[in-house]
Parts: sequence; C-alpha cells; structure tokens
Amino acid sequence: MNKLELQKTAVEVRKGIVEGVHAAKAGHPGGSLSAADIFTYLYFEEMNIDPKNPKDPDRDRFVLSKGHTAPGLYSALAHRGYFPVEDLLTLRHTGSYLQGHPDMKHIPGVDMSSGSLGQGVSAACGMALAGKLNKKDYRVYALCGDGEIQEGQIWEAAMFAGFRKLDNLCVIVDNNNLQIDGAIDEVCSPYPIDKKFEAFNFHVININGNDFDEIKAAFDEAKATKGMPTAIIAHTLKGKGVSFMENAVGWHGKAPNDEEFAIAMEDLRKAGEALCQK
Amino acid sequence: MSEVKKVATRDSYGNALVELGKEHENLIVLDADLAAATKTGVFKKEFPERHIDCGIAEANMTGIAAGLSTCGFVPFVSTFAMFAAGRSFEQVRNSIGYPHLNVKIGATHAGISVGEDGASHQCNEDIALMRAIPGMVVINPSDDVEAKAAVKAAYEHEGPVYLRFGRLAVPVINDRPDYKFEIGKGVELRDGKDCTIIATGLCVSEALEAAEKLAVDGIDAQVINIHTIKPLDEELVIAAAKKTGRIFTVEEHSVIGGLGAAVSECLSENCPTKVTRIGMNDVFGESGPAKELLHKYKLDADGIYERIAAEMK
Repeated sequence: MNKLELQKTAVEVRKGIVEGVHAAKAGHPGGSLSAADIFTYLYFEEMNIDPKNPKDPDRDRFVLSKGHTAPGLYSALAHRGYFPVEDLLTLRHTGSYLQGHPDMKHIPGVDMSSGSLGQGVSAACGMALAGKLNKKDYRVYALCGDGEIQEGQIWEAAMFAGFRKLDNLCVIVDNNNLQIDGAIDEVCSPYPIDKKFEAFNFHVININGNDFDEIKAAFDEAKATKGMPTAIIAHTLKGKGVSFMENAVGWHGKAPNDEEFAIAMEDLRKAGEALCQK
Repeated sequence: MSEVKKVATRDSYGNALVELGKEHENLIVLDADLAAATKTGVFKKEFPERHIDCGIAEANMTGIAAGLSTCGFVPFVSTFAMFAAGRSFEQVRNSIGYPHLNVKIGATHAGISVGEDGASHQCNEDIALMRAIPGMVVINPSDDVEAKAAVKAAYEHEGPVYLRFGRLAVPVINDRPDYKFEIGKGVELRDGKDCTIIATGLCVSEALEAAEKLAVDGIDAQVINIHTIKPLDEELVIAAAKKTGRIFTVEEHSVIGGLGAAVSECLSENCPTKVTRIGMNDVFGESGPAKELLHKYKLDADGIYERIAAEMK
C-alpha cells in the first residue's frame, strides 16, 4: 500500500472504532484512535499474515498489550478481512465474540488474550523466543500504552528481551501522553521512555506515530536491526481524527452519545473526502 | 515401622522432566533463579537449550510461558508455590487460564514443610487460588511415584495444570506394580467402615499411619488419596460418605479453599455428611524443621490420630 492508501484505510479503521464504541455504549476510543495508524500499518503493510490462515505457524504475531484499545485492533482485523466489518457493531454486546478486551480463543487474528495491563510484552517475548528456538524467521510485535509501562512486568520483560537479544521482537509504545487520571507526567512519569528502553539494551527509535512515512521508516529500521530488540516510541495524539476527542483526557474510556457520534463520523467522512481529492 | 524409602516430590519433578524431555522435544522448562531448589537443574544439565532461566521475575516468566505455548511448546513454569500461585496469580489467571493455554505450573516448596524459611515462603493458599481459576487442573501428589506419574499426565493433558510439590523427603507409598495415575481419579488406600480420611500430598502417608493407630483403638478408618483436587473425584467422595457417614480431610494447606473445602462443597450438595477439615487453621506458619512444624500444627500421623480419635469418641 502506498501512503495515500494507508491514510484512507486508517480513516476507515477509525470509523470502525467510533462505530463499535458507539454501538457498545462503552469502550476506549482515545487510545484506539491514537494507535489507529500503527494498527493500519501493521496489518496492511508490515506484517506477514494471511486472514484466511490466521493460525499459520510461520505468520508474524501481534500482541496488544494495551488490550483496552481492542476497538482499534478489531477494526483493523475486520477491514483486513479476518471477520465481517458489520460485526464491529456487536462489540461488547452479550454473546458477541468481540469481547471488551482481546480474546484469542474466539476472535480470528488475535494472537494473544490481553487486557490486564503489563502482561503482553512477556507473552510476546515467549513468542519471539519460540521463533529463535524453532529457527523461524517470523517477527513479533507488541503495542503498549505509555501509561501501561508504569507496570513493573513491562520492565521484567524488557530485561529478558534485551538480555536474550530478541531481535525478532519490536515493542511499540503509543506515547499519547494521557492516562485515565491525567497526563502521564503528572500521574507518575515514565519519562524518559527512550532512555529506559536503551538502558534495557533495546534499539530505540522515536517517531511521530501518526505519520506513515515515519512509521514505515521505523519498522524498516527495526527489521534491519540485529542482535537486539527494537522499541519504537510512537509520539501520537490521543483521540486522533475526531475533533473533540483529540488530546482530551476524558475520552480515554467513554463512548460518544448519538450527537457526538454524528460529529465524529462527519469529521472522519471529511478526512476521507479530503484524501480522495489528493 | 521399618525404614521406608523417602524422596521429596520436588526431586521427582526434576527427574520426571528429564525423562519426558527425552521423549518430547516441545517440552521446555522455565525457572526463576531457583533451578537448584525446584530441581529443574537436572533438566538444565541434560537439555541446556530448553531450560530458560528468567531470573527473579515470576510474573514475566508466566507470560513467557504463555507466549511459548501459543507457538507449540509445552512449558513447565517452575518456582516456589508462593510465587507461582501467589505472586503470579493474576498472570496465571489472565495470561494462561483465560485463554486456556497449554502451560504446566510446577510449584515446589508448598506448605509448611518448607521448614526453616518460615511463613513468608510457606504457601498454604495455593490450592484455593488455583482451584478458583476456570479450567485449571490442580494436582497435589503424595509421593515420588505419584509425582512422576502426575508430571507425565500433566504433559499429556491439553490445558493448564497446577502441580504442587514439596521440599521435604516423604515416604514412597505407591511403589506397587498395579499403580495407575489418572487425573481426577482418587485412590482408596485402606478400606474401613467407621470413618473416612481423605488426604492429599504428604498428608497421605501420615493419614495411613494415623489409620493404623486408630485401628488399635478399634476405629476402622478408610483412607482415600485425592491427588487431583480439581477436578475432584466426586463419585469416590460421595461413595465414601455413604459408606462410613463421617469424613475427615487432611492437607498441608489452609482449611479455607483447599481439599477440605472441595470435599465439603461436594458433600453438602450431594450427600450431606459431617466433615472435619484438618489443615492449617487460618494461620501463618513459622520457622522450624519441617517434621517439627508438621507435628506442632498437628498434620503428622500423631496429630491426625489424636484429632480423629477425639472426634470419634
């Protein structure tokens, strides 16, 4: 996909997020929207995957460590063809397979159940280690929140990955600077995030995580990096793409009402239209 | 009593892993800086490339095992019960239990028989914690023979299994040609008509000895070994309750949430019967030699005998 196609796809992924959370009357739009470009790049460009064969042992793997942003993952999976896009409207509904947080047992394309913060990078380390032991060349990606890295287990996993030189592992931190209680550097600052991962023997790349040129360059660099895992610190805008949700702490875990939903969809419609003029 | 062979079930664990590791290349062992104590060191010596020391980071080790299992490995996560079930409870629950991954947890140093390390390391709550996780199998073997058989059965079982082992060398009581281990199947070790002692882990051999003492007093006690606490052999427990009408449970674990609770829950619903739970009475342990502690907390043959004799008067 070229940059324009990726941008257009990201708009569709964002629409799926807003529609899903609106239909659920609950969920986490802010962090799903900030990471929407990363979800899009991973599932439409970067990862070696086949929606028709989601359990292929040689596939690349993705662990959504910040599992509450499942609407973003689900929307990317649906648009990539893992399951019908219409099903996004069943998000969080009783009896739906689209659980509030990723459930690998029931959702095609979900490589690891997650949701309780701090646990995903460990599972990703296990997958990356398995790849090394089995001499497979698949890659493993884990997406964390910047608030999530306050969890100690993230650093246990980082120590392991750095020590074991898991260069088939790429950890992405969605650094949108906001968590539930406020700005991350006002709640309990994890900064400097890049220096911390460097200290744990990661190759670290800082990027604008809402810019496809920078996203592409970072993932290419990560793939070319040997002998150590890579951490991409993706500086993003929480709520990106929906005017009233952008950089607003209140939109971490709240669904839009019908009026807000209409505005959000109009924002995204316009964004998509503008891209079509290009 | 003549001298019987004694083996700590943690040794059985290490030895069984070596034997299974020879047959199965997808068996992988994880440890958290305790390979010498959990006895996975013998596996490390034999298969260094399949022994992953995760350092003192049990939560991460649990998650790594989850990830490995999604790629076809059968990981045995090894550490003390306190850290396997206690510290890593939520990782076991969410990263292994919820997705029902094929991970085995080898928890050594369970109960007060840890001894001198004291209460901080004596886990008397692990069965309760693990039993509450949907889909988790919980096994507490009574001796060397059973522990080895349990490790093999755990490998062959598809899904998460919690295996509980001890530090103290305990008598080998199952060394007989017709011994057979089946997950979820209890074993009657002594027939009796007056009451039933249902025991698990190292308390099984103590219960057998207590039954002999009771026999001298004219109390004929049936003894049942429940090595699998979940799924519980309800059929055997109910049959025992119907037969003797009086149940005693014995475990090196809190009386809350363990074998005694499992048996009580089963019988109160299916065959209301008086059950006396012998175990740690909602207290922490303490430092001391294991045998002395088992005696002090009345979990050895003398303590079990005294309690049952008093209750049966």
